[in-house]
Amino acid sequence: MMRVLIAVLAFASASTYAAPPAGAAACSGCHAASATVASPVPRLVGREAADIVKAMDEFRAGKRPATVMDRIAKGFTDDETRAIAAWYAGQR
Amino acid sequence: MSVSRRRFLKSAAAAATGLFAPAVIAQAAPRVVIIGGGFAGTSCARALRKADQRLAVTLVEPNATFTACPLSNAVIAGLRELTAQQFTYERVVADGITLLRANATAIDAQARSVTLSDGTRLVYDRLVLAPGIDIRWDALPGYGESAAERMPHAWKAGEQTLLLRRQLEAMADGGLVVIAAPANPFRCPTGPYERASLIAHYLKTRKPRSKLIVLDAKDGFSKQRLFENAWAELYPGLLEWVPLSGGGKVISVDASTNTLVTDFGRHQAAVANVIPPQKAGSVGDIAGVADRSGWCPIDPATFESKLRAGIHVIGDAAIAGAMPKSAFAANSQAKACAEVVAELVNGRMPSAPKLINTCYSLVAPDYGISVAGVYRPAGGQLAEVPGAGGVSPLDAPRATRVLEAQYAEAWFRTITGEAFG
Repeated sequence: MMRVLIAVLAFASASTYAAPPAGAAACSGCHAASATVASPVPRLVGREAADIVKAMDEFRAGKRPATVMDRIAKGFTDDETRAIAAWYAGQR
Repeated sequence: MSVSRRRFLKSAAAAATGLFAPAVIAQAAPRVVIIGGGFAGTSCARALRKADQRLAVTLVEPNATFTACPLSNAVIAGLRELTAQQFTYERVVADGITLLRANATAIDAQARSVTLSDGTRLVYDRLVLAPGIDIRWDALPGYGESAAERMPHAWKAGEQTLLLRRQLEAMADGGLVVIAAPANPFRCPTGPYERASLIAHYLKTRKPRSKLIVLDAKDGFSKQRLFENAWAELYPGLLEWVPLSGGGKVISVDASTNTLVTDFGRHQAAVANVIPPQKAGSVGDIAGVADRSGWCPIDPATFESKLRAGIHVIGDAAIAGAMPKSAFAANSQAKACAEVVAELVNGRMPSAPKLINTCYSLVAPDYGISVAGVYRPAGGQLAEVPGAGGVSPLDAPRATRVLEAQYAEAWFRTITGEAFG
């Protein structure tokens, strides 16, 4: 029985997947996940979480020059923004 | 959900009795089949592999080359080559995705199986349909497939795009170009107006005595004020938009004379671009997930069909509430759907998605405008988050328009990189 249990646990852990928080995957439509794409839009992967949160706060407040990010930032709460920022900071 | 979960538990039990043999675990890998290799299907396939390397992901797509619609209006206007729109699947396959070059001919939602045109039968744990659009050849009298050889729709990029471009190039200066725009919903709601803008740019720079009329089956459209302001500034006297209430709805066409007929009169065009009514790609019918509207109703939190369990629909074919039928929305839905499917096949409850759309339009090569929105499931559909989104400012300086034109092209490189690069 113990052996069966261990096998089940091993199977379960092999399939463990930390899903990105809501909204995080949508960002890469403009902020390229791949470093090989040439774009003036900054990558978010590996960026300091605090930098992303600050930028989003400033976009929301209209304190940072923007074309679309002022409009998009308003669609995310502080909690959502922090979760997305932390997730991108942990990506490589 | 419950079926998947049962299967998962059964697989786990099988793995346990088989005593930790990796081969057994590999055999038990959940199978996800995706039909359609456009922005939605390809993005979803890659996101699924990223989410869970164990998943057996199969992408069914008959074409060896994908031709992208976004920026294809620039090809029509001679500003870009069609080859810049074309992508292949080598990198997709390199991600460990099985690519099958075939059409789906039958789908059995009960047996969870797909039959392909080459006779192959695929069994799935979850099926994702991303069939894009089909033209409704029965919807506009006179406009069948042979009429489209004379009056191109150019609404699926490829040979039709080049046909419309060649017709414009062959037209004498002083000719009349007519675009017929359909009623909602249809692929790329701002596409007809970007196309009108870039054709007007071509006429202004190459054939300035010509005229362009847009006959519209609607009284309004996305980014309308921005377009109309730009048209007045850039193309005065050259481009005329005729709304539904002004007699703009095309009720029939005659391809033999290149004539578009409305309730108010007949327009004989030198070049006629008929953007006809559309519906979900035919796979939607084969799977039984399209309703009487021709489009596919979905659960806004999971993208699962409201008509068939275990089948998810993303991209242009889906009825996605407030989200437009755009490549950006397709890619955004694809990644959210991949997360949902990865959770479901692993026996977990998915969390509610949050999505973004941004659509750029080029009014001229160096003049871009945009509309953006943030979406989440609410009231049984994908609804806009209030207070967010909207269009580019009406009073933005020209430098902003230049910047947005650059961002439009950067977006295209990014999204095609994510799907195909």
